[in-house]
Amino acid sequence: MAGLEDLYREIILDHYRSPRNRGELPTPPAVRAEGHNPLCGDEITVFIDVDDSEGEGVVRDVKVSGQGCSISQSSASMMSQAVIGKSVPEVLAVVKRFKGMMSLDTGNDDDTGADEPTIGTGGDGAEHPLGDLEALQGVVKFPVRIKCATLAWNTLLEALDQ
Amino acid sequence: MSTTDRSLAPDRTDWTTVRSDFPFLERRIDGQPVIYLDSANTSQKPRQVIDAMSTFMATGYAPINRSAYRMAGEATDAYENARRAVARFVNAPSADEIIFTKNATESINLVATAWGRQNLGEGDVVVLTHMEHHANIVPWHMLAAERGIELRWVPLTADGQLDLTDLDRLLDGAKMFSFTAMSNVLGTLPPVEHLCTAAHAAGAVAFVDACQFVPHNATDVQAWGADLVAFSSHKMCGPSGIGLLWGRMELLDSMPPFIGGGNMIDDVRLDGFTTAPVPAKYEAGTPPIVEAIGLGAAVEYLEAIGMDEVRRHEMELTRYALDTLVGRYGHDITIHGPTNLEVRGGVLSFAFRDIHPHDVSQVLDERNICVRAGHHCAKPLMRLLGANATARASFYLYNTTDDVDALADALDGATDIFGL
Repeated sequence: MAGLEDLYREIILDHYRSPRNRGELPTPPAVRAEGHNPLCGDEITVFIDVDDSEGEGVVRDVKVSGQGCSISQSSASMMSQAVIGKSVPEVLAVVKRFKGMMSLDTGNDDDTGADEPTIGTGGDGAEHPLGDLEALQGVVKFPVRIKCATLAWNTLLEALDQ
Repeated sequence: MSTTDRSLAPDRTDWTTVRSDFPFLERRIDGQPVIYLDSANTSQKPRQVIDAMSTFMATGYAPINRSAYRMAGEATDAYENARRAVARFVNAPSADEIIFTKNATESINLVATAWGRQNLGEGDVVVLTHMEHHANIVPWHMLAAERGIELRWVPLTADGQLDLTDLDRLLDGAKMFSFTAMSNVLGTLPPVEHLCTAAHAAGAVAFVDACQFVPHNATDVQAWGADLVAFSSHKMCGPSGIGLLWGRMELLDSMPPFIGGGNMIDDVRLDGFTTAPVPAKYEAGTPPIVEAIGLGAAVEYLEAIGMDEVRRHEMELTRYALDTLVGRYGHDITIHGPTNLEVRGGVLSFAFRDIHPHDVSQVLDERNICVRAGHHCAKPLMRLLGANATARASFYLYNTTDDVDALADALDGATDIFGL
C-alpha cells in the first residue's frame, strides 16, 4: 500500500510552504483563468503573459493565486516554474506529459514523441531542476488527489485558450 | 412498544452491541479497524437492513401496484408497510402523505418545480437561510432564472445560529420559507417550530429540509407545524436510492404532478390524462421497491433503540469530542458552530492549524479514519466562514468515545508531516 511519504515528498512540501510565482499579473497584457475543484472547493487563478512578438509565442511570465491543499498548491507552483520561458508548443507538450503522468491508465496511449521536451528539462537545467514535477508521481497512487494535482494545469490550458 | 420502554430507562442501550450490528465497522484495513466519522454524508447500514433487502430480493421481489398474482400483492404490502413505518417515525397524520422519491434532493426539486410553477411568478419571494445545503438553494436559483422570483436569505450570528432579528421583515410578503432543521456543516439546530409559525404568520408555506435532523432526533412533523418536510433514507441507516417527502394532504392534493408516467395516472386518453390520488400521483414509474423495504427495516431498527436515546448518545459524544479536541489542541483547532449542545447536533467542522482539510483528511485516512473534507455542498455558508473547505467529523449511533480518541491522536500525525 502506498504510504503518505509517497504523496508528501519533501520537494512537494517545500513548494507548498514557499510557493513560487504567487501573485497576479495585470490583464492585459496577461490573461487570467479561474479553476475550481467542485469536489473540495479549491480555487485557483492562473495569470499568463505570452509574448507573441516572434512567431509561436513565448511565456514571459506566470503567476498563480488562490487557495488549496498541499498537492494543488505545490503542483501550481511547479507548473509555473516549468512553463516560464517556454514556447507555447513546448508548454503544451509539458502539459501533455504531466497529464500523462497523472493518468491512471497503465497502458498509457501517450503519443508524445521523443523530440518533445522532458518535464523540467526545458530551458537550462539549473533553473528548472529535473525531478521537481516528477515528485508528483506519487499522487497517482492516491486517485482521489489526482484532481488536486491537475487543477492548475487545466486552468493553465484554459488561459492559453484565450 | 420498545421505544416507550427505553425512554423510561434511558441508560439501557448497549452501544457496543449497536456497533456490532454494522458489518462495515468490522472491516480491518492493514489489521486496523475502520473509524467512520462521515455519517452526516451518509450512514452505514445495520445487518437488519442488509438482510431485509437481500431476503426480499431473493424471495419476495415482484412488481407493486400492477399485477393480480399473490406475490405481487405481497410485494405491494411490503412496500406500503415501509410507507406506514416512515409515517409513524415522523408522526405524520397519514401514511398517504409520505411520498417516496429518489433522494431528498429530488424531494426539494419536486416542491420547487410542482408547487413553485403553480404558485410563484415574477417578483414573488422565497426565503432561505445562509446555512442551506446546495440542494435547498439551486432548485430555487433555477426557479429564479425561469420566472424571476426573489430570493431572500436569513443571516447567521457569529456562533453559527440563525439571526432572527429581521425575520418578520424578511418573511414579509413571502410565499415560501424553506430552511434546514439541522446544518450539515455547523450542526446547528434552528428553532423549527418557531420558524414554521413565523412563516405562517406571513402567509408563507413552511418547508423543512430535515435530512440531517430525522436520522438523529425524534421527529414530529405535526408538532413542528410544517407544511412540507424533505428527508433521506441513506443518512438514517437505510439504503441510498430512496428519499422522502412528507406534506399536508391538502397541499399535496392541490399541487400539480412532478414527473409523468406510469403509476401516477388515473386515466390516460389521446387528449390528456388525470392523476392518481396522492401519494401515487408523485411516484411515476417503477419506484425503488427494494430500497423501500430496506428503509422500512431501518426505521424499525431505529425505533427499537429509540430516537431520544440516539440523540442523547450523540450529545454525549459531541460534548466529549469538543472537550477532547479543544482540551488537547487549544487554539490550534477551530471548531465551527454553536457550543451550546442543546442547539447543536453531532457534526464537527473544523480547521486544524493551517493545514488544508484535504491534507488533514489524507493523514486521517492513513489511520482508516473517514472524515469529509471540502465545502460540504454549502458554498455560500463556507464563504461566510471565510474558508473554502473544512474537515468534518460527524457522529452516529455506532460511534464511541474511542473513535473520538483515535481522531484526536491521528491529528498529531498531520503536524508531524506539515511541521507547522
